[in-house]
Formats: sequence, C-alpha cells, structure tokens
Amino acid sequence: MRLTVWTYEGPPHVGAMRVATAMEGVHYVLHAPQGDTYADLLFTMIERRPSRPAVSYTTFQARDLGRDTADLLCETARDACARFKPDALLVGSSCTAELLQDDPGGLAKALGLPVPVVPLDLPSYQRKETWGAAETFYRLARALAGPKAPPPGTKRPPRADGVPPSCNLLGPTALGFRHRDDAKEIAGLLADMGVRVNVTAPLGATASDVARLGEADFNVVLYPEIGETTARWLETAFGQPRTTTVPIGVGATRDFVREVATLAGLVPEPTLAALAPRLPWFSRSVDSTYLTGKRVFVFGDATHAIAAARVAADEMGFEVVGLGTYTREFARDVRAAAKGYGIEALITDDYLEVEEAIAEARPDLVLGTQMERHIAKRLGLPCAVISAPVHVQDFPARHAPQMGVEGANVLFDTWVHPLMMGLEEHLLGMFREDFEFHADAGPSHLAGAAGGRPAARDPSVRPGTEPVPSSVQPSPSPEDAAARHPAAAPDSPAPQGSVWTAEAERELNKIPFFVRGKARRNTERYATERHLHTITIETLYDAKAYFSR
Amino acid sequence: MRSSAALVSPPPCPAPDSGATGAPADGRAAGSVAPTVEATVERGPREVFCGLTGIIWLHRKIQDAFFLIVGSRTCAHLMQSAAGVMIFAEPRFATAILEERDLAGLADANDELDREVARLLERRPDIKLLFLVGSCPSEVIKLDLSRAAQRLSAAYAGRTRVLSYSGSGLDTTFTEGEDAALAALVPEMPAAAPDAASSLLVVGTLADVVEDQFARLFAALGIDSVQFLPSRSAEALPSVGPNTRVLLAQPFLAETARLLEKRGARRLPAPFPLGAEGTTLWLTAAAEAFGIDADTVERVTAPGRERARAALESHRSVLAGRRVFFFPDSQLEPALARVLSREMGMVPVEVATPYLHRGLMEPDLALLPEGTRLVEGQHVYEQLDRCRAARPDLTVCGLGLANPLEAEGLTTKWSIELVFTPIQGYEQAGDLAELFARPLLRDGLLKV
Repeated sequence: MRLTVWTYEGPPHVGAMRVATAMEGVHYVLHAPQGDTYADLLFTMIERRPSRPAVSYTTFQARDLGRDTADLLCETARDACARFKPDALLVGSSCTAELLQDDPGGLAKALGLPVPVVPLDLPSYQRKETWGAAETFYRLARALAGPKAPPPGTKRPPRADGVPPSCNLLGPTALGFRHRDDAKEIAGLLADMGVRVNVTAPLGATASDVARLGEADFNVVLYPEIGETTARWLETAFGQPRTTTVPIGVGATRDFVREVATLAGLVPEPTLAALAPRLPWFSRSVDSTYLTGKRVFVFGDATHAIAAARVAADEMGFEVVGLGTYTREFARDVRAAAKGYGIEALITDDYLEVEEAIAEARPDLVLGTQMERHIAKRLGLPCAVISAPVHVQDFPARHAPQMGVEGANVLFDTWVHPLMMGLEEHLLGMFREDFEFHADAGPSHLAGAAGGRPAARDPSVRPGTEPVPSSVQPSPSPEDAAARHPAAAPDSPAPQGSVWTAEAERELNKIPFFVRGKARRNTERYATERHLHTITIETLYDAKAYFSR
Repeated sequence: MRSSAALVSPPPCPAPDSGATGAPADGRAAGSVAPTVEATVERGPREVFCGLTGIIWLHRKIQDAFFLIVGSRTCAHLMQSAAGVMIFAEPRFATAILEERDLAGLADANDELDREVARLLERRPDIKLLFLVGSCPSEVIKLDLSRAAQRLSAAYAGRTRVLSYSGSGLDTTFTEGEDAALAALVPEMPAAAPDAASSLLVVGTLADVVEDQFARLFAALGIDSVQFLPSRSAEALPSVGPNTRVLLAQPFLAETARLLEKRGARRLPAPFPLGAEGTTLWLTAAAEAFGIDADTVERVTAPGRERARAALESHRSVLAGRRVFFFPDSQLEPALARVLSREMGMVPVEVATPYLHRGLMEPDLALLPEGTRLVEGQHVYEQLDRCRAARPDLTVCGLGLANPLEAEGLTTKWSIELVFTPIQGYEQAGDLAELFARPLLRDGLLKV
C-alpha cells in the first residue's frame, strides 16, 4: 500500500484509452465500474475533444457482482460493434475488473464478432498510464500488421529506383503533450527532406493504416515511451530500422536530420542548410546575456526531460542543477544524461520528493510538468511546462510544437517568458527599496505576479478550468518555501552552526527575491566552511566577493 | 412530442411568495393534489461519477477531517482529474494505493493500512476525524474497513475518531458518497435528552455562506436551536433525539435521513431550498413544525423573496419557453427542473436522475409540470439518442458529454457546477438561474 495525493500518471487503461481515442475506427471495450467513466473528461475537457472517447464501459455495479459480470462484458462488446461498427476492437479491464478475473479478452474473442479483437492485459496494480499506451499500441500493431510480416530472417528488399524513401511516425496519442503539433511539424520536416510519411500512428491512424506499418523503409520514434516497444517489434518483424534521436531543440533537430538522411539514403546538407530556427540568434542577441548561468531544474517524462536539459545547457546557456523523471522504465537514460551535467538524476513518482529536491536546489527556473508548475508556484519560482501530465493549458489553439525548428522557437519563448527580463532585473537591483520596485516585486510583464499568496488557493476551482495561467507566482518568497521544508533549508552542507544577525538579515532582504536565495545559500556555505557562528553584513559581502571571483 | 404552442407559451408561473401564506398545514408543497409524475426506470451503461467525488467538497466543509481512500491508482487519478485542485500540496484527502503485494497476500492489507494511518496522523496532528473510504477494488477484495475503523478508533482514542464508509462506484453514484459519509456520522452524534426542547437539524453540505444565511433566517423566524450536519468541525457533532426536526438541504441523503429517523428524529417533508419558491416552502415547513405563524414567515422572508424575485426576473427573458433536458448526475435534477419550470418558465423535456428517492422528492415531483418525462437510472446511448431527437435548447449533463454535444450543435450546461456552486436560498436564486442562462446568452453572443 502506498499513500499518494497527486500522481504523474493514471492507470494503464487510461494509456489504452489514449491510443484508442487517437485512432479512427478503433473502439475499446473496457470492463469497469461506473465511476471509471470519469476518464472521459480527460479527453473532452483537458484536450477539448469534440467527440466522446472511443470507449464502451461495462459499468457494472454491486448487484451485477452477484450475477454474471462476464455476460455484461459480452453484451457490451456486441453493442459496441453494432453501434460504432469499428474496424478493430480492443478489450480489457480496469483495476476493479482485473480482480474479477473474467478474462474479457478471451470472452470477446469467443463471441465471433465481425472485427479483429485485440485482448489487452494491462496489470493495473503494477504498471501505469504510459506503459499502458505503449503496450496497447504494440498489441494492436502485432495483431493488425503481424499477419503481413515476412517469414523470420527474410532480408528487407531494397527500395525500388525512383521511389521516394518512406517512414512511419510512431508514438503520438490523444492527450499527449503537444503530440498534435509535433507530428505536424516533423511530417513537414520530413517532407522537406523528401521523405514520405507512410503512416502516423496511433494519432489519426485507422486499423488498415496500422496494418500497413511494415510498408515503410524505417520508423521515426517521436516518443520512445510510447512508440519504442512497437518500433523494436517492427525492426524484428519487418527489418525496419528506427530513429533514436528525438528532435527537440536545435542541436537535436540537426542530429535528427542527419540520422533520417542516413536511414533514408539521402544527403543531409541541403536540409541542414535550409533549417532556419530563430532560437540561435535570439540566444546570441545581447539582451539574452542575462540568461547566462540561470540555474534550471528539469523534471518530466524521460524524453522531454533529457531533451530539455540539452537545450537548457547548450542552447540557452543555463546551468542544469537538477534532472529527473517519473518514468522509471527510462531511468537509465536519464541517469546517463544527468551524469553529463555532473549531477545525480532524481528518479521518483512522488511529487513531495520532487518538491523537496527543487526547494533544496533553489533554481532560477523550473522546467517540469503541471505538477512542478504547482510546486514552483508554492516555492515562488518561475516555471515553464515541458512534459506530460497535461493540463488544459497544454493544448493551445495555436500551432505550438516542441519538436523541430518551430519547436525550438517555442521553447525559447516559453522558457524565457517567466523569467525577469534583463534590464528589469538590473533596475530592480538598483532601486530595490523603491515603493513600487519593492523587494518582492515580480516581473512587470506578468500581471498580478507580485505580492500576496497565490490567488489560486481557492477550493471552488472547477474541473478542467483550473484557472489563472499563473505559471509563475513569485511570492511567497523562496525563504517562506524553505521554512516549509526544514529538511531542505537552507543549504545542504549543514548550516546549523551559522546564525544571521538581524542587521545582516535586513541587508539580505534588500536583495531582490530572485537572487536572494542564491545569496543566502552562498553566504551560509561560506560561513559554514569557515566555521563562522554569526553571519554579519561583513560576512554577506565577504561571501559575495568570494563567490564572484 | 410537445406541441409548438408550448414553446411560446410557458406554463403559468405562480407568484414566488404564494407558498408562504398559502401552504397547507402539514408543510407539504402547494399544489400537492397534482398527480404524481411517473418515472421510467432505465438500466444500461452509465456515464457518472462514483461516490468518491463527494470528498472534493466534504473535505473543504469539515475542516478537521481527513479522507483516506483505500483504493487503486484509478481512484487517485479520478480525484486529481475531477477535483482539478492540485493547489494544495497536501490536501485533507489521499489515496492508499493497493499494490500487487497487497493483492497477492504478500502483505497483510490491515497491517499496511495501520502503518499508513500511523504515518499520516503523525504528520497531520490537526486531524480529528479520519474517514477510511472504501473503493471498488477494496470492496471486491472484501477489505473490511469498518473493522479497521473500529480498531484504529480504539488505538487513537481521545485523539482522532476513525470512521468508514464506501464511496465505491459499485454502491454509490456521485452525491451518494456524501450520503454514505453523513450516514457514518449519525451513530456518532450525541443523544439529545428525551425532554430536550425541539431543535432543528439541517442536513446536507451547504456552502458556509449559505449556511450562515439560513441560520440568520431561522433565528429571525424564532427557531432558537438550529444545527447543521455536516458541521464545520468534526468535534462539534449535533445531537439527535425524538425532539429533533430534520430538514434536508440536499435530496441525495436517503440513508442519512433513514438513520436519523431511526434515532427518533422527525423529518419535515418539503421541496428543496432551490429558487425563491422552494426556499420559501422549505423555510415554511420548518416554521410550521415550530409553531411559528404565517405572518412571521411572511414578514421574515419578504426581503429575501423580493431580492430573489428581482434577481430571477433578469434571467426569465432568456430562459422562458426554452426546452431543457437533464442527464442524470447528482439527484438534484427533479428539484432543478421544478425551479426552471415554475420560476423561469422553462419546459423540462426529460429529467433523469441516477436514483429517485420518492419519499424525499415527492414535494418537488408534485410541482413538476404534467407530462414531464422522468427517468431513473441511465442507458447513456439510448439517452443520447433521445436527446439528439428532442434537440432541447439546453442540455444539462456531465463533463464527459458536454463538449461532444456542443460539437453536435446542442447548448449544454455542465451539471457538476450545480453541485460545486452555492445555489440554495434566496440570495443564490439569481446565481442558480444565471448558471442556466449563461450558455444560452453565450450562444447568442458568439458569431464564430
């Protein structure tokens, strides 16, 4: 038993729903009690889908348990076929139905339905949403494309002359973080290279599209968490190689172009020369010098976290002070990436642990999920969202990919926006006692950001409309936050020995809040290292001089 | 099918205050001579929340209570998705997620539960009442939470009271979770002395602001002893006995009402306090039980009735004559349909409710216009087909259905807002009407 309040991932059957709902003509019969229908609103409200998710629930109740829930499953499967006339039927259980051991997949298969039935066995008490999506996609691909696979060991015939190279785009689903826009952006990039997209799946694919996955020359794996299992199988079954670079950021997009060119037998240079992301120039523009060395804490699914760290370090000039993921299946990759930044990766799905790590790292910017957005709000830190779990805000009306050229531009804008602008930062430093520019003033371009506790501590917030696009709420100050985390405050090398004098504390408070945490941390570390019991104004400025060398 | 004439000439709406002076002495609603509306019982696939959802408002109302769901990742995900309130780092609810080892018998679920509760209470010494909330998985594996609650109550005696109830979707639909929670509180309520003076017990979660308004009205009427269940503090449970008069503020509290009656309390039948008329009839039922004369009721309620009338008037032009269709959600549907038809001139096409407790709803049902299609239960696909065929002007439904119906050109009002928003009493009558008027107004505003 494990106590939890907020989770990064739903149960695995929600992952299956994401696959079914993304597709055309695929329906999911889910053996589940009535309350599990809540999952529909994830799609209709968070993603604003204009149709009901492609799911029929059995919605059994207590009175059905005494009778035969298996009959209910059969009836639901028959009705779903009659009503929705799908081309393929996924059949599985939610957590409660799993305990009943009705074997929904086996039952449905025995019904003699007029469509292929794909049984799903998603262990709810071991696995989670993303894995559920990957497994569902894999089962579906095996069931539909598998019959077309050549005998094992058959060599893939070379592409005929004059036929353009083709690939599949694997991984985008419903309720994915910018999947809609990424798929479009990368399809455009591939078209520019002269590569034809054979099938994009699951998003927008039909059952017959999935059946012809084997026709492409290679696979582009957009989201390894969801697409890799299927891509590995396609590699074995059809001899299709796959990409391993996820094109998030300028550098990764360039690497991706090279990788695709190799797989497609093309020359990458013309495409590379034509790529014109604005990020590099924006990052070199002198106003961006204030971004230098900003400390960022990165947390998300493995793919987005690793990519964001690379962009942060290599393309924005930030310092990566934290890197972690909740997708344990990909922990090894994240650990390896973290090593490159000289830090230890944080692998956890406990948001309280993440909150503690962020409080301890005292970053200038948090790049995380909606969960970290809330954490950052509580800690008074700027934050940009880079990964699922998703929120209604993560489905913007405009085209806002994370991948490819436009994706890199979007990253620059999204990450810089919550930060204090360069000149403003200096003015605040100079006039910190000014009555308008007081010490707790926030960025002026973020209305209502300064002063007071986060306005959103309002219990009347309604589902799907969690209000205030408040990706930043710079108060309460980091000091308040630290006070709430005695274990984490104020610095790791035990500072208990040092006490601030009232004078020094007042001087510290004149420093704008966004650098105050750093000043406090540095001063305390300086004092601890020198066994100073009292921190005076002198200690503060000695430390400042010491650390600015 | 309704004739088109009905669309343009809404049924006559009585003056909102007619009930105040003209109500029969037994406290029953005016016009209760009308034939009882027949209900169709429908079985089939449902699109509803389970009872766990009630925790979202119950944990805000009872400020020293904690709700510990013993369930699965799905339960936790539901709370997160339905609540949408990840604002609180540690809200007063959580889920103890059952894992493979609990199910495989590798761990004793009761030991595990004791350990988690110990940890929780150590971290949250402010918790005076802990609810162990059963879920679908905990029911299926037959984890006995009532025994666990007894055991833990003894272990934490004098510090934290531990109770249990089921919010499982196998047993409860949405608001029935509150009924189960309050029913668990009833045996804990102190007994009132048999010779105690009559007191009024208002049952059902109300927003604090509404509770205070009602408290002022009861005081002005001359009812001295008024208590509310649930109370804001778990430690201050109201007492109950033969001289307790129960007035339900919410329609979904059948089990709670039954248990209170078993303890000697007498329930006062009345329509629910929605809209000006409903509020007046509800207050009148209490006043009559306490021997308060009609003139006093008239005088005390006059300012509220007048404000409600004025507030409702502005929405009447938007709503009158419009046809409304209710999907089942909270059991508030018949009472809401009554307000919309009698005070706003709307035409209820279909009024569906997950369960129909006739004993509690009769006063409201009696006020529904003749010919209203009343449905108990749900077959979501057949109901969707009926809704599409009826093409109502406004469809009241859950969040899973609202956007898909909007995309089909139907204007919708999401029903969950009717549970999360203060809508009871005179001062909220206008807000209630506005919730229904807004989608129609918006539809008129948009030119895209």
